[in-house]
Amino acid sequence: MAPPSNRRPGFSRKAQYGLFLGYVVAVAGVLFALLLLTLSIVDPRGFTALQGAALDATRPISSAGRSVVGFFGGIGDGIGNYFNAAAQNDDLKRQLAASKRKMIEARATELENQRLKAILKLAQTAEEEVAVTRVVGSSFDSVRRLATLSAGSSSGIRPGQPVRAPEGLIGSVIETGRWAARVLLVSDAASNVPVRLVRDGTPAIATGRGDGTIDLKTLEVGKNPFRRGDVVVTSGVGGVYPPNVPVAVVLRTEGDNTIAKPLADPSTVDFAMVLKPFQPLADQPLSEATSSALQGTPQ
Amino acid sequence: MSRIAGSDRDVAWWSARRQLVPVLSTLAAALLDALPIVIQAPLVPDFAFLVLIAWRLLRPEMWQASVALPLGLFNDLVSGHPLGQSMAIWTVTFLLLDVIDSRVGWRDYWLDWLFACLAIAGNSAAGWYVARLAGAPVQFEILLPQLALSVFAYPLVARLVLSLDRWRLAR
Repeated sequence: MAPPSNRRPGFSRKAQYGLFLGYVVAVAGVLFALLLLTLSIVDPRGFTALQGAALDATRPISSAGRSVVGFFGGIGDGIGNYFNAAAQNDDLKRQLAASKRKMIEARATELENQRLKAILKLAQTAEEEVAVTRVVGSSFDSVRRLATLSAGSSSGIRPGQPVRAPEGLIGSVIETGRWAARVLLVSDAASNVPVRLVRDGTPAIATGRGDGTIDLKTLEVGKNPFRRGDVVVTSGVGGVYPPNVPVAVVLRTEGDNTIAKPLADPSTVDFAMVLKPFQPLADQPLSEATSSALQGTPQ
Repeated sequence: MSRIAGSDRDVAWWSARRQLVPVLSTLAAALLDALPIVIQAPLVPDFAFLVLIAWRLLRPEMWQASVALPLGLFNDLVSGHPLGQSMAIWTVTFLLLDVIDSRVGWRDYWLDWLFACLAIAGNSAAGWYVARLAGAPVQFEILLPQLALSVFAYPLVARLVLSLDRWRLAR
């Protein structure tokens, strides 16, 4: 290709100044953009109105074809299922028999549980649903793992609320428009969920790795308590996520690192339930009395 | 179609098409982010950026660097990046490409591809760094598949942009 035409626009002073002004505007624009970027990193909820409006505006595209989500999410599964049909059938039969036995045991346990609770006069705190909606989009070309829900603040959704599917925890709401909301998935690197190992109750923190998997970190040093196939559930610590929601299943352990896969895959779940924060007070700023007490100032 | 404009309407339509096609195609590529596709790993190339640099490398004299600011703002809003990320990265890319234009004389397809690869890598690295600052410390290795795909998607996007360009300028 020939070299691009010289950008120096001849001897016209006006045109030369125009070109120079273009560069001044561009550099000033970069500085302004960096300022915006700093602001939106320091205070992620600063531009809620603008970002919410953009979410709403793109929602018609996103929610037009939920079936497309299933199509893209299911390509790999579909091909695999076709080739493994017979083996899968046997497997499923065996699992069905096993789960029938388990279900009978579980019913017995539930009855006993109810009896014991009645004795203790404990009320089971039910998870309070804010909205039931669908996952209609995701940030598939950036390192952040965000998903879009097809319901927003008009359905009562607020930033900070946890989101789950029947299969397990999806994440928490970070941005809302009127008719759409953005969710920070548990596989995002900025998401930290307090969990515990179902088998023996070992507490851990589940942090996303950005590629659809989760890193599990125990709070104690020493032997890695996780084994392949272990399931972790939310512990309820911190007060945002309700306890006992399944989060992930352990894929492999590498020394101190434990890699797990979220149980709820946003591309295949049918419904996403937005819940109230487990203990709403946990999301509130400290009261004046508490903060002054913490800072040690005399009342 | 006649090569000579028959009416003022023809002239208006041609000039509108000539001016708007690059901008609209970039915006459309940014809107791909709103498609109902849910994937758990960063695999799909950032098509908005690919279309943008394809236009920029094809027609260096068409856009001033500051054009990237509103386009970047639109991309930030649609794709959920922190506001200002694409604005800054895209405009800096344009400024760097201006510098390259003033240094490098003759360019061919392979050299354009090389510049595109550098721009793609810079875009990914900058996005990764911003995510790190925003509290999402991701390992850079998970971006490598996306980088490879983007590098090989660029020629396809450049082809598409080239055919759009021919349609845009056709009489």
